[in-house]
Amino acid sequence: MSSPTPDAPLAADGRLRRRYRQERVFRAFALAAIGFALSALAGLLVSISYQSLSVITQSSVELDVVLDPDALDPLGDGSAASLAAANYAKPVRSALRALFPEVRKRRERKALVRLLSDGAEYDLRALVEASPELIGSTQTFVFPLSDDVDLFLKGSIDSEVDEADRKISDRQIGWVETLDAQGRISQPWNWRFLFAGDSREPELAGLQGAIRGSMLTLLITFLLSFPIGVCAAVYLEEFAPKNRFTDVVEVNINNLAAVPSIIFGLLGLAVFLNIFGMPRSAPLVGGVVLALMTLPTIIIAGRAALSAVPPSIREAALGVGASPTQAVFHHVLPQAVPGILTGTIIGMARSLGETAPLLMIGMVAFIADLPTGVDDPSTVLPVQIFLWNDAPERAFVARTSGAIVVLLGFLIAMNAAAVWVRRRFEMRS
Amino acid sequence: MIGILWLVLPLLAAAGFWAGRSRARALSGADADGHRIVLHSLPTHYAQYALAWSAIPPLLILVVSALFGSILVDGWVIAQLEASGLLRETLSSADVLRDVHTGLANTTGENSSPPHTFAQNVLDRARGVLNLGVTGFFFVGAGGGLWFARSRMTTALRARNHVERIVHVALFLCSVVAVLTTIGIVVSLFFEAARFFALVSPAEFFLGTQWSPQTALRADQVGSSGAFGAVPIFAGTLLITAIAMAISGPIGLMAAIHLAFYASASARAWMKPVLELIAGIPTVVWGSFAALTLGPQVRMIGEALGLEVASESALAAGLAMGVMIIPFVSSLSDDALNAVPRSLREASLAMGATESETIRKVMVPAALPGIVGAFLLAVSRAIGETMIVVMAAGLAANMTANPFAAVTTVTVQILTLLVGDQEFDSAKTLAAFALGLTLFFVTLCLNLVALVVVRRFREEYE
Repeated sequence: MSSPTPDAPLAADGRLRRRYRQERVFRAFALAAIGFALSALAGLLVSISYQSLSVITQSSVELDVVLDPDALDPLGDGSAASLAAANYAKPVRSALRALFPEVRKRRERKALVRLLSDGAEYDLRALVEASPELIGSTQTFVFPLSDDVDLFLKGSIDSEVDEADRKISDRQIGWVETLDAQGRISQPWNWRFLFAGDSREPELAGLQGAIRGSMLTLLITFLLSFPIGVCAAVYLEEFAPKNRFTDVVEVNINNLAAVPSIIFGLLGLAVFLNIFGMPRSAPLVGGVVLALMTLPTIIIAGRAALSAVPPSIREAALGVGASPTQAVFHHVLPQAVPGILTGTIIGMARSLGETAPLLMIGMVAFIADLPTGVDDPSTVLPVQIFLWNDAPERAFVARTSGAIVVLLGFLIAMNAAAVWVRRRFEMRS
Repeated sequence: MIGILWLVLPLLAAAGFWAGRSRARALSGADADGHRIVLHSLPTHYAQYALAWSAIPPLLILVVSALFGSILVDGWVIAQLEASGLLRETLSSADVLRDVHTGLANTTGENSSPPHTFAQNVLDRARGVLNLGVTGFFFVGAGGGLWFARSRMTTALRARNHVERIVHVALFLCSVVAVLTTIGIVVSLFFEAARFFALVSPAEFFLGTQWSPQTALRADQVGSSGAFGAVPIFAGTLLITAIAMAISGPIGLMAAIHLAFYASASARAWMKPVLELIAGIPTVVWGSFAALTLGPQVRMIGEALGLEVASESALAAGLAMGVMIIPFVSSLSDDALNAVPRSLREASLAMGATESETIRKVMVPAALPGIVGAFLLAVSRAIGETMIVVMAAGLAANMTANPFAAVTTVTVQILTLLVGDQEFDSAKTLAAFALGLTLFFVTLCLNLVALVVVRRFREEYE
């Protein structure tokens, strides 16, 4: 005959403690998993925001430029043709050299001029062409400094590093410090970053071309995918007979939503560029490819929104004598509009961030001009990020992060719009 | 020129609508004897009928010209070039056409030969004729359509039924677009891949271990054929996918468990959307993060451990990709866990099991098909992901399991083989389509299996 020994409950107690400990460990792991994912997101956002800070301002120098009529108005008549033929680099350089009369050697004078951005002469040209009456006077203008000086002034280049290992020489640092002591160096807002086209020079590179390209591409995507997607959703949800073909379409749409985006790029390349001979690098083709990619998203969202409309609405319309088409277009579809719009905005946001298929159809070219139409060669925001990410100049790191911040800003605005549409709808019903 | 016609189209539609409505209003009213005339449909339906007839023919003409216009023009230019006798042996008609299209055929310099000037002239003329023809047909189509609609408009015309039939056909055609896209993908990939496999045998492609697609310029040079053994690429893809899944698998599943069982309702309400933000961030951003931030960190840590780390290591790309696909695993697993009936969980808890024992021994096994489906979709996503690997992984086709080495993937190769290249007759560019076809089928199979598994699982508990 066996009876429970006195230490049996103790053993059970030990087991229970172990089981509770396992419970706590498991729970901690689950929390840690979510913590890891959220901190990775936070790490990404913080590191990108931090890196993009230096792009907010652009180091600039104030120079007293003698607007010499000989250089700026070679024909002497102040006409547009004369101004176009002028040498704008010379007055800017002379203005800088005038501050350092002791620099005489040819090589050193070149090094001095390299403090300035190549954009200085274009700025002067724009200023002079805007007000030609200034020629002959001496004016104070603010010009951008080169990317290396900008990095130095923002503390990204360490002057303790061996001179051969940095892009800015000791002499140049000396000049910059002299200019700074004279109070000529300032950090104005870097509007160029938002409003200029792309450039090989980091300090001149701007996002305007990419923003316009993205807008044009998105416009084409929207004009194609929204009507086609909504019509397809209406057909499949409301009118399609239940047969083999409808099944095929349904499976096909679900699969299309999961096809890698680069495959759509291959499609665009093989069909739209090679067979149909559409223009390369154009927002038109980019928009068509992205529209095909976004279509499944819109169709799926549209069908969900349509099926969420209470059947009583449809039945009431049919009951008072509307035809099935009238019931759908007058009563069911208006109820589903908020859901469809939310899905469409989310689909548009996804295509705004899409890169790979656009690379395939040639939107990677370096394009400094701003696109004006849907068949102009252009680039888009995510491709611009990709291009700057690969650029060798260090100053492009900050530009890459700045472009990411702008792209994320657009995405946040679009998602906020989607949330707003949904909220409005929820309040109404 | 033709761009303006797209803007004219809505005006034509509006004109058709207005014409149709005024015609319907003129028809209704009273006849000579003072009887009321009743139309079959509302005036709006007549207006829509006229709108359809005046807008659809010109719309079709615009679509056809947008798709086939440049093919026609190019074909015509090539035919004229061949007939002109200006071509030399080293200068094919396709070369001339490409120069003219890209604007390389300038008036001075090496591309200003007689065939170029000739082609430019023929091209300009052909475009002029095309524009004129399209514009002509556009307005004739619109006018003819409107005239036809007007002539059919009598009190007996069943305008609403006609309009509804047109609407149904249009809706149907829209839903066919998605099918056409799939057909387009499959056909174009098959066609180009078949051309590739005519040059390189499938056995070499799928079993060969040497990948160096850079072909020499001249046919008689050493190594001119290139090597197209894709196994190292598949191996690299698998390595990066494995790293990504090693991160996103456990973390995604544990995150889903936290959301489904441990998190309070309010915590869940903010955690789930924030977690899904990760998937909403464009992959080019993750790629830039991997290349500029993670890459150097991985290298630093690896070197501190005394390891040799490539500057573009598989680990950095795999890490970023792993984080990016966490939400795919977590939100689908979360759905699967929530779909398991409450009674199972409550029974287990009532028997004295702790929450974690319930999760591990009851809930996860019950939700396993859904979780497997989530993992499969995540794998398919990782294999097809492009930007992270393009920016953070390398180009060297190494066969290695070392995560610190540089490897390349299918998507990276497709991109590097095709970007910047405009000729589609070499094995090098065609190889990209063979890789694309492989990628398409692998992801398609994964997606199909995942969909079937998830659907079966849902049915089980319904």
